Amino acid sequence: MSLIHKTAAELGRLVASQEASAVEVTQAHLDRIAEVDSKVSAFLHVDAQRALEQARTVDERIAKGDKLGPLAGVPIAHKDIFATDDMPTTAGSKILEGWRPPYDATVTRRLREAGLIILGKTNLDEFAMGSSTENSAYGPSHNPWDLSRIPGGSSGGSSAAVASFQAPLSTGTDTGGSIRQPAAVTGIVGMKPTYGGSSRYGLIAFASSLDTPGPFARNVLDAALLQEAFSGHDEFDSTSIDAPVPPVVEAARQGDVAGLRIGVVKELGGEGFQPGVLARFHETVDLLESLGAKVVEVSCPTFGYALPAYYLIAPSECSSNLARFDAMRYGLRVGDDGTRSAEEVMALTRAAGFGPEVKRRIMLGTYALSSGYYDAYYGQAQKVRTLISRDFEAAFHQVDVLISPTTPTTAFPIGERADDPMAMYLADLCTIPSNLSGNAAISVPCGLADEDGLPVGLQIMAPVLGDDRCYRVGAAVEKAFTDRWGGPLLSKAPTL
Amino acid sequence: MAETVTLMPYDEALERFEPVLGLETHVELGTASKMFCGCPTTFGAPPNTHVCPICLALPGSLPVANVKAIESTIRIGLALNCSIAEWCRFARKNYFYPDMPKNYQISQYDEPLCTDGYLDVQVEGKTVRVEIERVHLEEDTGKSTHVGGATGRIQGADYSIVDYNRAGIPLVEIVTKPVEGTDRLAPEVAKAYVTELRELLRSLGVSDVRMEEGSLRCDVNVSLMPRGSSTWGTRTETKNVNSLRSVERSVRGEIERQAAILADGGRIIQETRHFHEDTGATTSGRSKEEAQDYRYFPEPDLVPIAPDPAWVATLKAELPELPSVRRARIQAEWGVSDLDMAAMHNADAIELVEATVAAGAPAADARKWWMGELARRANEAGTALADLPITPGDVAKVTELVASGALNDKLARQVLEGVLAGEGAPEAVVEKRGLRIVNDEGELSAIIDQVLAGNADAADKVRSGKIAAVGALVGGVMKASRGKADAGRARELILEKLGVEG
Ligand SMILES: [Zn+2]
Repeated sequence: MSLIHKTAAELGRLVASQEASAVEVTQAHLDRIAEVDSKVSAFLHVDAQRALEQARTVDERIAKGDKLGPLAGVPIAHKDIFATDDMPTTAGSKILEGWRPPYDATVTRRLREAGLIILGKTNLDEFAMGSSTENSAYGPSHNPWDLSRIPGGSSGGSSAAVASFQAPLSTGTDTGGSIRQPAAVTGIVGMKPTYGGSSRYGLIAFASSLDTPGPFARNVLDAALLQEAFSGHDEFDSTSIDAPVPPVVEAARQGDVAGLRIGVVKELGGEGFQPGVLARFHETVDLLESLGAKVVEVSCPTFGYALPAYYLIAPSECSSNLARFDAMRYGLRVGDDGTRSAEEVMALTRAAGFGPEVKRRIMLGTYALSSGYYDAYYGQAQKVRTLISRDFEAAFHQVDVLISPTTPTTAFPIGERADDPMAMYLADLCTIPSNLSGNAAISVPCGLADEDGLPVGLQIMAPVLGDDRCYRVGAAVEKAFTDRWGGPLLSKAPTL
Repeated sequence: MAETVTLMPYDEALERFEPVLGLETHVELGTASKMFCGCPTTFGAPPNTHVCPICLALPGSLPVANVKAIESTIRIGLALNCSIAEWCRFARKNYFYPDMPKNYQISQYDEPLCTDGYLDVQVEGKTVRVEIERVHLEEDTGKSTHVGGATGRIQGADYSIVDYNRAGIPLVEIVTKPVEGTDRLAPEVAKAYVTELRELLRSLGVSDVRMEEGSLRCDVNVSLMPRGSSTWGTRTETKNVNSLRSVERSVRGEIERQAAILADGGRIIQETRHFHEDTGATTSGRSKEEAQDYRYFPEPDLVPIAPDPAWVATLKAELPELPSVRRARIQAEWGVSDLDMAAMHNADAIELVEATVAAGAPAADARKWWMGELARRANEAGTALADLPITPGDVAKVTELVASGALNDKLARQVLEGVLAGEGAPEAVVEKRGLRIVNDEGELSAIIDQVLAGNADAADKVRSGKIAAVGALVGGVMKASRGKADAGRARELILEKLGVEG
């Protein structure tokens, strides 16, 4: 098996034992990128030279006998929304084209320190606003299962890179489903950790109270290893939780559901869901029962209000977060010809630099926060948010985890929903409740839909700081399906 | 666009209208680091050197609240008799302006840290209670300089430059409730409030409270209502009031301006006005009628503030002696009349006198010099007493020299003049100017002999018993010694030489 098809855990072991060098591993992935990324367009920026330099450093340290983490020497791709002090960081927007941060995000810094090799930065919907990467100012990424389809979003470059074996690991951010939905539609594992479980410092903000960095991998254990490597309290993010990181790696190794109480969320399924998605989901429910879990139906009646609440809270926060892009200190500047006022230059720059979806959300949020409308919109949405958290709390009194399909449909064709924001927003129907309440949730592959042969994801939701439960159940499902399928789901993907 | 301003004489304005005041004071805290990042807060650094990804609002950066600033705000609230919130949040105040890096200011909105307090001030011997609405914590903006154009403001400027050193410095906003019933004393009440507040803040050690450097800034709200009415008029907010004297002048000026408009049947526009130190006039700024919608919402990047009540109780117990209490104690210790105490307070002399006493001077002497000769000098120079180039130590030294007989009052004034002129410390001035009292008996005796010889008539009168005539002789000795003789000793010697019993 070639190096690019190995798991991250295995690559880490090979590099540590010097059976393979980090340089070889990195080169293999750089070759793969050169071979297929013209078709997939997962990356916005690849720095082969810098990656090989980092790999050489890791090899030298290992040769000297330095004790490094389990992922030292393993390549990774970062969503281009994490600040990197040696690469451009664009957030998928023209307004930041060419901007190079003078500092690293805490996530990128911790992963550098753990010896991971940064291959480059991946594509995303502009400022993480979208479910398909079609809102990227630099063009869409493509789903390795069917290049005419979307790889999910907003972290679609990261899911496409991992699903097409260009990187064994990648980072993403999940504000309304932006990790879980792309993972589901590309047949890989994507985890939204508990909000505050990892630092947002250096992550370009979309919606501060929802944004959560998380891992992509091709298997549950790799995702857990990656999450563990960047998680934990950060003094630069006061909303990061000052508590021990849940034992995610141990749980991923354990992978066992015997005696576990699992709740199927009544409101997240049924009408509007693709039959092939529901078929795979019900099959998974049967599988979990056969593995010894007690499965019951649980009702979370307020989840129906999650989508509208989200589309008030997220745009409100984004309208304020994105105000800093004003041409004064960094990024694009338009119209500064000496005749125009600062205000005019700000307006011209923002008009030219932001794409239509970003503008739509800024306007939505500005409206929702304005005086006279605040109580009816933002205030009301916050109340809904509280009610959703209460529904989760009540549910987690009855069961250990909740499950649902990750997305209502499989990957849709590029362009199909581009002019229909509401249809696009529905892609996050099942994932949004966990963002609003801040609890942990993962998506793991659970098969291919009969009608289109495209991957379907299972979402496993656990309480705040119960991230390990997501991994425990995810690993059990993964093991059982791998046995049933005779290998990982991705082995069924077409070769590029 | 110049506006024509008509004023109504103050007395007439007060006959017809009653003023209602409101004061919003911004205080830059003297914490070592900024409100949400680790940058230093020292004043006067080269532009844009005290900056980092956080206070420049680089994408991805996040604020972390400065605990020391929260502590200072709570202490201010406690000293102002406020209730301290058990749980409150920061809020974002959204508006675009180039000197505000995030284009929102992290402030507090409907959940201030401290609420409902008061500050008592003394004006013309009576106590006025100024009620405090709220004390909250926020961050300062950067500083814009608008180059070119007539007004020094952004409109019409050729270009603007921004220094972000100040961006993110912790700023406490102290807002009074409307102050009614001050009547004709409104300007004095406003000044007394800011003076008292400044002393209180200084005593807490939370800020250097320098109005001229902008670490204490005051916005003055004034509205008028016709006598007999109980409905408040439309208020204006005057900014850029950068000295205690300006606080007083701006209130007076605004009363005169508004009264003229109202008397003429006009209406007051709710607006921000800018005070001009040189003319004492205000000019119209941004109109608040096209009101900004700040779209406040709770700051999601910061966790709520929930001060532990036990900690707040400790802070309260550890508050220093507050200025009004201290003044009462000092007054008793020094045995000063209410009037003299008030005079010292108004002249901002209490701390100077206190420091002079601490340096060894008797309180009465210290007060005499600061409130007499030095106050006169400060007045002539148009500066604050504290800004005179003389230290309390210098003044204490002068009182010591007088007490020891080395100087008399007249010479002491010359010494002070020398110190103020930059000639050095008092002893150096005495040395350089040769100001020591002549108490060498031989030299004095020689001068007396000379004076007696030249004033034989006067000497005879004294000899014949008209002792009053000795004054002229002493005067002659003082003149001949150019004021350096000890007049008392000279009198004794003259009488002795003339064989008369004093
Ligand atoms: Zn800073």
